[in-house]
Amino acid sequence: MKSRSRRNFLSNGLALGCSLAASPLFTPMTFASAPWENRLVVIILRGGMDGLDVVRPVGAPEFADLRAHALDDGGHDLDGFFALHPALGGLMPLWQEGDLGFVHAVSTPYRDKRSHFDGQDILEAGSGEASAGRIRDGWLNRLLQNVPGAHAETAYAIGRADMLLTRGAARIADWSPDAALSLSPQAERLLETVMHDDPLFRDAVTEALTLSAADVAEANGQDESDDGDTMGGMQNMMQKARSGARPETIASFAAKRLRGDTRIAAFSLNGFDTHARQRAGLPRALDQLQKAILTLKQELGPVWGKTAVVAMTEFGRTARVNGSGGTDHGTAGAMVLAGGAVRGGRVVSDWPGLDEAALYNRRDLLPTRDLRAHTGWMLRGLFGVEAQLLESTVFPGLDLGGNPGLIL
Amino acid sequence: MFDPEHAEIRFGCGLSPRIAPVASVPDMLARLKGPDTAARRFDIPSLEAFRPEALKFKALQDAFYFTKNPAEKAEAKKAFQAGSKVMRHQAYRWFGQMILRRALGEDGMRERLMAFWADHFTAQGRDIISRTVQIIYVEEAIRPHVSGRFADMLKAAITHPLMLIYLDQHRSIGPNSRAAKRKPEKKRGLNENLARELLELHTLGVGGPYTQDDVRQLAELLTGLRFTVEDGFVFVPARAEPGAETILGKSYGGDTPALSDIHAVLEDLAAHPATARHLVQKLAVHFVSDTPDPALVDAMTARYRDTGGDLHEVYAEMLNHPAAWDFTRRNVKQPIDFMGSSLRALDISPRHVQRVRPGKILVNLVTPLTLMGQQWARAPGPDGWPEEDAQWITPQRLAARLQWAMDVPFRLRRVLPDPRDFVGTALGRDAPEAVRFAASAAENRAEGVGLVLASPAFQRM
Repeated sequence: MKSRSRRNFLSNGLALGCSLAASPLFTPMTFASAPWENRLVVIILRGGMDGLDVVRPVGAPEFADLRAHALDDGGHDLDGFFALHPALGGLMPLWQEGDLGFVHAVSTPYRDKRSHFDGQDILEAGSGEASAGRIRDGWLNRLLQNVPGAHAETAYAIGRADMLLTRGAARIADWSPDAALSLSPQAERLLETVMHDDPLFRDAVTEALTLSAADVAEANGQDESDDGDTMGGMQNMMQKARSGARPETIASFAAKRLRGDTRIAAFSLNGFDTHARQRAGLPRALDQLQKAILTLKQELGPVWGKTAVVAMTEFGRTARVNGSGGTDHGTAGAMVLAGGAVRGGRVVSDWPGLDEAALYNRRDLLPTRDLRAHTGWMLRGLFGVEAQLLESTVFPGLDLGGNPGLIL
Repeated sequence: MFDPEHAEIRFGCGLSPRIAPVASVPDMLARLKGPDTAARRFDIPSLEAFRPEALKFKALQDAFYFTKNPAEKAEAKKAFQAGSKVMRHQAYRWFGQMILRRALGEDGMRERLMAFWADHFTAQGRDIISRTVQIIYVEEAIRPHVSGRFADMLKAAITHPLMLIYLDQHRSIGPNSRAAKRKPEKKRGLNENLARELLELHTLGVGGPYTQDDVRQLAELLTGLRFTVEDGFVFVPARAEPGAETILGKSYGGDTPALSDIHAVLEDLAAHPATARHLVQKLAVHFVSDTPDPALVDAMTARYRDTGGDLHEVYAEMLNHPAAWDFTRRNVKQPIDFMGSSLRALDISPRHVQRVRPGKILVNLVTPLTLMGQQWARAPGPDGWPEEDAQWITPQRLAARLQWAMDVPFRLRRVLPDPRDFVGTALGRDAPEAVRFAASAAENRAEGVGLVLASPAFQRM
């Protein structure tokens, strides 16, 4: 059985008494007290989530004209003005408990060109538009670079996507549950032998095998048969990688790390670029987000109370529906906040209105605030990060402005 | 000093059971100067030759985008998707040719230099056609110049259509140019992207001796660089900013914009001492060690300056320097080097790559590279792939290398060598005892071969 074979590997490692002790996962350093108690999960929603469809301003007089369909498909009333997309209905209990909130009519400083690539780069770099493409590390990495006591396990990038958000000089652990190795017990033992004298490789392979063992045991519940057959391993890995790890698997892995020494986890979800037939496409993407949040809540247990989840996207979409039942790339959108550490039950917004003159370029929801300010205040509320560090380094050029009070 | 096996492992594409290693430093240098036999044997077409196909595909793409009638649009979509598939398969074929050069070429160092300089001049497309063209860009703008003058490579790369697209130069237009004045309502203007990367990445280096004003002036001088689908690269004086520009204290151009002024500044930038230092440091880090001996860097820099940026001379200096042969500190192979040298050690045959369905190339080679962290032709930014070993050997990326090493050799070849022999084939006479033992103790050939490829002794160069 797969998990048992990995336990064999681990106990053999312990018997040898060297490799595991040298692994960053197992050194006392790793268990040194983490810099913070609170937890943050950052979810990048790729493709440009339509904030106006997810958190619907049904109380705005123009909304019926812009989005007729959204008035009769079973959305959930939030506060009398905004209603939640029906595909996120499973999150309503969180809203009622104050563990779910939204920020509306916000965007990055990116304007007018509306390219996914540039928009995501600016979102993840945390930079202003002037420095687009100039900043080559992500804001989460720059935060970690400036936190005394942060170590490799403090932050985890999860999934296959290479995220600019976490790229940079600070070491941030990465793993994707679908990267789990599938090797015979004998091959695992011999790998240990050939890696033994090279610390870089030895530590990485020990972590990979440990994480693989945990994933297999946790994700499957039961083990597949593993009679030394490795022929399908790469194919499995690639098939899983192509379809992408399921959001529950990713969230479950994140929860497991966050229950331990990890304080920040980041991953991304795709599928928000709804140019056509949005009524069919957006629910699929939102379902992933809902599953990720509900899995986090369930598996974090008591740690959920110390956790803030923030989901953000590169831009919103056009106010009007296009000819194919979709929406095109726009400007302002919404952020989704969840977790016991969040002051939920509110839609935080300096609402700009939807009449044509109020729209950005007469086509998009007008951004009334920089979403980096909300993110910055969350980092301040959760981790006590200095305002000066936020404005100069994490989000260079940002004016934090007033505290929106997103964190309890 | 020189050692044939170390030469192939560190400067070439690894050891092969079929191809004898290089005999000496002069032999290595002579091969670099000699005819490009690998490119002839595993050819990749020119942009010229590919153009008709690209135009045909562009017509399908336009038909799909611009058709409004729903019934026609469905048809157009089908044709477009079929066309996209053809383009993708085309790109897999060329990728196959590229990897075969590494596996079977007689001049491994040329392949490594090509990858190095292609990374230095990273240019990538964002749509299907320009993505497909990436490998042609490297073939045309980089490969012919890897052992020539740096200035020539610089000119070829900077004026190539793919670079102009990638760094937005094709959108840049002189604010006082005839074209801008003709249509002032379009408010088109300067884009500094290429000018900035040209100074920061391609020549002087980060923190080099230039100012924002130099960037701005260079951006003005570069206006007029453009391309058309029909003609490829063109210089369009009507889009160029009139008047002279001052860059690093020297004046270029005059009232009549000319391509020769742009060539002049590229020559001067190539000859700049800061450029010499920047390029040589990168070369030494890439080929020798993440922390190269300063004496090696100094010697190579001096040779660059003395020869006016003759890269062949710079390589000669490197290969004749004892520090280049210090095998105690070894770099980790990047995924493409790992894969290429694995296939070379496995003595793959051209038919294993050329005569299989394109989907097999995707599954066995292209996708695994992505899982190892190096998605082909998609570097994270214009600064290319990272050099630091620790960036490549993370648990997730290493897992992909190990899984590939255990599975794919068998799926490619079906008949695998005896792992006990393969140790020597892949690692040469330095093969560590632990790897010899693992290869002999493996349960089956696939795992034995996989363990050899997985060993740090093989994954370092």
